[in-house]
Amino acid sequence: MTDLLSLTALEAHEAMVAGDLGAEEYTAAWREAAGGDELNAYLWRDEGGKEAAAIAVERDCVAPIAVKDIFTTEGVPTTAGSRILEGYRPPYTSSAVRKLVEAGAPILGKTNMDEFAMGSSNENSAYGPVLNPWDRERVPGGSSGGSAAVVAGGLAPWAIGTDTGGSIRQPAAFCGIVGLKPTYGAISRYGMIAFASSLDQCGPLTRTVSDAALLLGILQGKDPCDSTSVGIEGGIALPGREDLSGLRFGVPAELRGDDYDSDVRAVFEKTLRKIEELGGEVAEVSLPSSEHGISAYYVIAPAEASSNLARYDGVRYGMRAGGDGDLVEMYEATRSEGFGPEVKRRIMLGTYALSSGYYEAYYGQAQKVRTRIAEDFSGAFGTVDFVVTPTAPSVAFGLGEKTDDPLAMYLNDFFTVPMSLAGIPAISIPAGLAEPEGGGTRLPVGFQIASPAFSEQKLLDAAYALEQGIGFDARPGGADA
Amino acid sequence: MIERDQVLHVARLARLRLSEEEVETMVGELSGILEHVDRIGSLDLEGVEPTSHVVALENVLRADEPRPSLPRDVALASAPEPQDGAFRAPSPQAE
Repeated sequence: MTDLLSLTALEAHEAMVAGDLGAEEYTAAWREAAGGDELNAYLWRDEGGKEAAAIAVERDCVAPIAVKDIFTTEGVPTTAGSRILEGYRPPYTSSAVRKLVEAGAPILGKTNMDEFAMGSSNENSAYGPVLNPWDRERVPGGSSGGSAAVVAGGLAPWAIGTDTGGSIRQPAAFCGIVGLKPTYGAISRYGMIAFASSLDQCGPLTRTVSDAALLLGILQGKDPCDSTSVGIEGGIALPGREDLSGLRFGVPAELRGDDYDSDVRAVFEKTLRKIEELGGEVAEVSLPSSEHGISAYYVIAPAEASSNLARYDGVRYGMRAGGDGDLVEMYEATRSEGFGPEVKRRIMLGTYALSSGYYEAYYGQAQKVRTRIAEDFSGAFGTVDFVVTPTAPSVAFGLGEKTDDPLAMYLNDFFTVPMSLAGIPAISIPAGLAEPEGGGTRLPVGFQIASPAFSEQKLLDAAYALEQGIGFDARPGGADA
Repeated sequence: MIERDQVLHVARLARLRLSEEEVETMVGELSGILEHVDRIGSLDLEGVEPTSHVVALENVLRADEPRPSLPRDVALASAPEPQDGAFRAPSPQAE
């Protein structure tokens, strides 16, 4: 049994195709493993009941998968981590899940997340926080914390999540796995419950870069149900690059040592040396507007969220509160009881930024900063192939450590937000372990690589070569790498 | 900085009813966040085109052909209070 679970999703897929691995036995082993969830990582698991009939596969031939609870699944509870959608069973299935099912990947379950994907710690879920499998006193990151924890914790071979400002990459880094945010438009957003529509993107959380490539290949594509979807021309092949010769990696000159923990910095710098050992060149690039990324993001994302979340009004689906009052009282009662504190905060921030008299000063200005950030990246990619940074300023922090300080929580997204605003792909791969500030179990550190729009193949090839060079093989509860 | 009156006004616009405690917290937290965000206010971005969408897409069109949509009972299945094939909601004006 343990042997089956140690296969990567790609290895399992190849063994199933070759007839060396029984798909039913393999999926059953994973369903049993998922049933042992002690991390509060799953909100719903497929236990063979009738409710999952609409998303059942005809023939398993791809590793079973865990799906963030933001993707609609026909007949299966979909909450987006919110009380306002408790008990909601959507009448349709998201395109990403439909593609997985059509490819032959059984759905293991739906994973816990920050409410409406707003958060960096998974502590904003209405259904309780997810625990980090490396240290259960710490957060798994967010908002795709459940998806990251199931992969790192041996509760699923792989998973999908969504990334608006870092919500795949940061939890992947905190849990020691691979997380890829594809180019905006690479994967359909149809049926992905909207947070900030100009930024939201689906992507893989996996054990290896090869698994991420296999999964992206399944998920990507133009979809008539999402007019902003484009797909990746030529599709995605499995990565096979062995070295990094001829490739240039840019480190932002603006990256200052006091922006992140010294142990994270040590792992980052060691990884830069590894790039050089593998034949790559490390150069300095300038991204002068990136330092304003957080400011622009925390105007644009809440503004879009305040508009998207207007639909939760207690009329068509979800919960309704308020008794004998009029319509507006019902709206207010429903939304006040249904939304958690972070979602309310973002709705307030977004509504304020869009309100009369403030629109130009906040939203208009933020959209211009967004242009500048995209131009910075275009400029950098004129001289380098990739831009690299640490994925997050620290290793996984403690549960409750940042809940009282929203701004400190937001600053966690410092390294991941600029790529989201520019719409370009970025991957986080585990690069080593570091001791948290204040001591404790050594925890994973992520290394982020970004590349131009729709250059995922090149990005995955380079990430694969670096992954092989680093040879990260630490596991939660295991010996240090 | 955001004042208490503004918080109450924005909450009304957003159809949120905040408790006294929530209003207090919101004034402090939103002020802190806005103070950070205000840094972009002083940037000279005259003449910079705003970005609303990162992928350069023209209008995406399809043939306008009738096709089946969700059956009424399915669309109503998740409604908190369906009635007579419709979504029931309280009156816009209190009795």
